[in-house]
Amino acid sequence: MTFSVAVELTVNGARRHGSVEPRTTLVDFLREHLGLTGTHVGCEHGVCGACSILLDGVPVRSCLMYAAQADGCAVTTIEGLSRADGTPGALQDAFCETHALQCGYCTPGMVIAAHALLEENSTPSEAEIREALSGNLCRCTGYVQIVEAVQLAAARKKEHGIDS
Amino acid sequence: MKAAPFQYARPASIAEACAALADHGADAKLIAGGQSLVPMMAMRLARPAWLIDIGRIAELQRIEIGQDCVSIGAGVRQRAVERNAALRQRLPLLMQALACVGHVQTRNRGTVGGSIVHADPAAEIPLVACVLDAVLELRDAAGTTDMPAREFFLAPMVTAITPEQCLVAVRFPVWNGPRVGSAFEEVSIRHGDFALASACAQIALDDAGRVQRATLGIGGAAPVPQALPEVAELLLGHAPDPVLLDKTARAAAEALEPEGDLHAPAEYRRALARVLTRRVLEAATR
Repeated sequence: MTFSVAVELTVNGARRHGSVEPRTTLVDFLREHLGLTGTHVGCEHGVCGACSILLDGVPVRSCLMYAAQADGCAVTTIEGLSRADGTPGALQDAFCETHALQCGYCTPGMVIAAHALLEENSTPSEAEIREALSGNLCRCTGYVQIVEAVQLAAARKKEHGIDS
Repeated sequence: MKAAPFQYARPASIAEACAALADHGADAKLIAGGQSLVPMMAMRLARPAWLIDIGRIAELQRIEIGQDCVSIGAGVRQRAVERNAALRQRLPLLMQALACVGHVQTRNRGTVGGSIVHADPAAEIPLVACVLDAVLELRDAAGTTDMPAREFFLAPMVTAITPEQCLVAVRFPVWNGPRVGSAFEEVSIRHGDFALASACAQIALDDAGRVQRATLGIGGAAPVPQALPEVAELLLGHAPDPVLLDKTARAAAEALEPEGDLHAPAEYRRALARVLTRRVLEAATR
């Protein structure tokens, strides 16, 4: 037997709605129903962090909640972090420049986690960066360049006031 | 890794949630943060027919700060506790424990009450609730029952809560006084993972530097979090010198019957319990 619930939420500033099975996770709703495939699905049980998004401004794992629970909330996905013209944002540029990605699977989650950190702490120490990224697994690049990317974006933000 | 189908309800009050539990009982699960339940449903270790979402009930979000007691609503997010400056002062041990709970992403959703009712033997918040001798307020359609945290945990993931009850708040005693120290330590394979073993203590010293009041406990090394009041008594009335702390830490480790598993043999867990207890005793009396 299937059931359905109506869901209405704001995604990257736009009102979106849908009718979903209650068991539809938020990440599946974003990807399958809204076509926002920038958010990746890794482990589907809250370990890898690939599906990180901002829910009402704070980072959460979108595989660890059902779309129905996000009804009425504001979601920001990786697509929402690019510039208005669709080009990469400053933090994404920093990831490219420091070679902070290889296969790129973990990258959307990493960028979301790093963005959330820089929003509340514009001058994080290396330890604070590592703590903020500790819930995101990368299996190929290694974390050194990812930490460098966040440091570079933070330094630019401080110097030029460029937003991540 | 997709949950089995279920029906979803989002009651607006605790009374409505309790009415839904009275209707569906063991076929229903409450969800607030879902940071433990959603993975269990994804792996189909849990297959509730009804999911009752209590994550937005305002009554469950209250924090009441009194002189001798702090009441934290079961639905308060772990991150909200972490960021509450007044709580930092009143419940330092809980704050120290929260730093070890999961990651920012999971603490933004995970709740204080959710961690307690999930009852993982290695979880930090249940251990702190036992060590501080917190009281749990359980409600069902008939009314509210108070239960000491020390009586709540029965076995791994098994508690004394009935299928009709909802944990609504946790009352933590506050220790006032000029010389109260606390510490929480754990060892896990990766930062944010469940602990192989954890230890925590809260200790009050008198003017002469002797232990006036003490509580300690160990997590991850027994089927349920262990408060060890008899061991804490060894400290009372004495200056916390290294010999006493060594002896107390040994007694704490010997009071446990840890089990070995894939991650760590029993003897390693016991050794961790001793070392971590020694560290928290020193840090809490510094």
